[in-house]
Amino acid sequence: MKTHAIEVQNLSKRYAINGSGEVTLPEALARSASRLLRLSKRSSDVTPTKASEHWALRDVNFAIEPGQAIGIIGRNGAGKSTLLKILSRITHPTTGSVAMRGRVASLLEVGTGFHPELTGRENVFLNGTILGLSRREVKNKLGEIVEFSGIGEFLDTPIKHYSSGMTVRLAFAVAAHLEPEILIVDEVLAVGDAAFASKCLGKMKQVASSGTRTVLFVSHNMAAVQQLCSRAIVLDDGRIVGDGDPSDMVRKHLDICLGSQNNSRDVTDRKRSGDHGKAVRFTRWELLDASGKPAPRLRFGEPITLDMSLHSTQSVQSVVFDLGIHTAEGTLLALVSTQQWPREITFSADQNFHARVRVDDLRLMPGSYCLSLAVRSVQTTLDHVPTAGAIEITPEFFHAGIGPTQHRSLVHTLPTWELNRPAPNTEQPSPPQSGTVILTPSAAAA
Amino acid sequence: MTTLTNNTTLKEAQTIVVRADGSGTRTQLAELWRYRDLLTCLAMRDVKVRYKQTLLGVAWVVVQPLAMMAVYTAFVGWWMGMSDKTGDVPYPIFVFAGLLPWTFFSTAAQAATSSLVTNGAMLRKIYFPRLIVPLASMGAPLVDFLVSLAVLFMVALAWRPTLVISGLWALPLSVFGMALATTGVGVTLASLTVRYRDFRHICGFLLQVWFYLTPVIYPVSIVPKAVRWLLQFNPMSGPIDAMRAAVTGVPIDVAGLAISAGVSTVLLIVGVKNFSRGERDMADLI
Repeated sequence: MKTHAIEVQNLSKRYAINGSGEVTLPEALARSASRLLRLSKRSSDVTPTKASEHWALRDVNFAIEPGQAIGIIGRNGAGKSTLLKILSRITHPTTGSVAMRGRVASLLEVGTGFHPELTGRENVFLNGTILGLSRREVKNKLGEIVEFSGIGEFLDTPIKHYSSGMTVRLAFAVAAHLEPEILIVDEVLAVGDAAFASKCLGKMKQVASSGTRTVLFVSHNMAAVQQLCSRAIVLDDGRIVGDGDPSDMVRKHLDICLGSQNNSRDVTDRKRSGDHGKAVRFTRWELLDASGKPAPRLRFGEPITLDMSLHSTQSVQSVVFDLGIHTAEGTLLALVSTQQWPREITFSADQNFHARVRVDDLRLMPGSYCLSLAVRSVQTTLDHVPTAGAIEITPEFFHAGIGPTQHRSLVHTLPTWELNRPAPNTEQPSPPQSGTVILTPSAAAA
Repeated sequence: MTTLTNNTTLKEAQTIVVRADGSGTRTQLAELWRYRDLLTCLAMRDVKVRYKQTLLGVAWVVVQPLAMMAVYTAFVGWWMGMSDKTGDVPYPIFVFAGLLPWTFFSTAAQAATSSLVTNGAMLRKIYFPRLIVPLASMGAPLVDFLVSLAVLFMVALAWRPTLVISGLWALPLSVFGMALATTGVGVTLASLTVRYRDFRHICGFLLQVWFYLTPVIYPVSIVPKAVRWLLQFNPMSGPIDAMRAAVTGVPIDVAGLAISAGVSTVLLIVGVKNFSRGERDMADLI
């Protein structure tokens, strides 16, 4: 007989907006009084919530086998946090049930219960017991925790004197030394400085790939989900809309973010940010590879070339193009603009207009990005398509330049390093001597 | 991850089941026991934080009740003439013995009332038996109580050592009754405050009224006979009476203590029941 580590059946969660949470005492007394008097067969506490209720989760079903690492992705408000809260037993479901076999540890934040006045050591004990460890267990692991955090001599200093980075490191160190059979994690990878974050990612990877622990991981970091998880579940509007291979699910998630089922490059009927009139409209765009041919996706390191078509019904002077490249969550990564371009762009009435732009110096990390198209004249926005489509970058394995920790970054750089170089302002700035290493992009690529 | 030897909790094959109807999410004594270390750590946090960055530190625990004793002795005992009505027992010792259980009751009940709201950030992020929070908030008042209890006994021993020793058996009864009453009131008010913040205000007012309905600064003998029996239903009157018996050797009102304890027990049962009914909603309401 096969047993699942986690079994979720028909799970739904309803929140009452302005419901019972904000009932004042007089209202409650009035309610109980009217119930007692049978004036209105409990109608008073049913009707108002009906009108303003919100289903954060609707009929969610899934089962997870022991040892699986599952990523849960979805837009903000899709129900990820609610699902985690129910699995963590912080809140209870409106319908359905959850069964979890084994010791569960949930990390919805790091450092729960940390108190600024207490020392690092005292906080480790407090946080550890909050996470369900006994004091003896914390004591046994204290050495490892301190070593992992790198806090060292500051262990007996109140943490109000710590930098925020130190606090987070200590907090994650406690969390990393939990040994549950089921680990529920929410977005805790984005903590600390780069070096520590990669250490955390390493630890997460170790847990996820151990095969003995079941990991449920909610993140906006698509690269991390793809790296850590063997399966992903996409939530949207409280329902499961996808369940399967992480790469496919990340693509699906992006499609949802873009608000389209297919990844059509025809944007004539795509949603606009507002009513900008019909003077100028984007009709189509195309992604081109290095050879200038339309491509569904680009390889890592390839220049990004975009081709776009517009139709104008009026003549417009001094036009500026603004193309935005965003992350799946909507962060603007780069704005490709004609703002600084010295040439005047004009549209004449009833014209089909084509423009092409090539960006050589933006090296996006493999992943999916979102394109926004905007065109404006001096004062007014002529057309703005916030989500015109996806730009996908596939990994290029011949480029050995991507280290595992760099996957968390969004753009790739080709730095020139000089090591063992005399400090600036010394008397004789001399040319590189023996023992000096110079790394250049060409050297790295060769 | 590193493996841990001697880890018994890991070996427990436990299955957690969460159902919409709430079965399996009620407070269970076994679970409360499993989280006993959290109770200790939270209580210790409050104790440690309380006197950090204070000049007098723990001395405050001693100074406060002594000052209150002086104030009541001057105002109530001397000026209002209450010191004539406490029989053999000097008024300062009489009022000190009354103030100790009362101060614990009042500060602990107030701490418990707001404990769930002040620890709301924690409740929204992690699961543990919620009852731990109001219980742990009584830890710091308990430490204060024990320190001032030592002071009280020093004062009492200086007054009449033989009497104190003969009455000592009443001390555990008093402490037990006091803890029972405080937990009952604290847990009840804590869960009500989560739902209706009004109880934070009600609590302060309630305790003020309660103070005058409890023989803390006056003896039961001045209460008119017709309503005196009512005082016995006050959960705090029994423990305060027993505390006085413990430090002065005066006879204890056993029936009164039993009635107080009975009322407290009922309060505690109702409070815990009410608490566990509201427990699973708490994170949504805070």
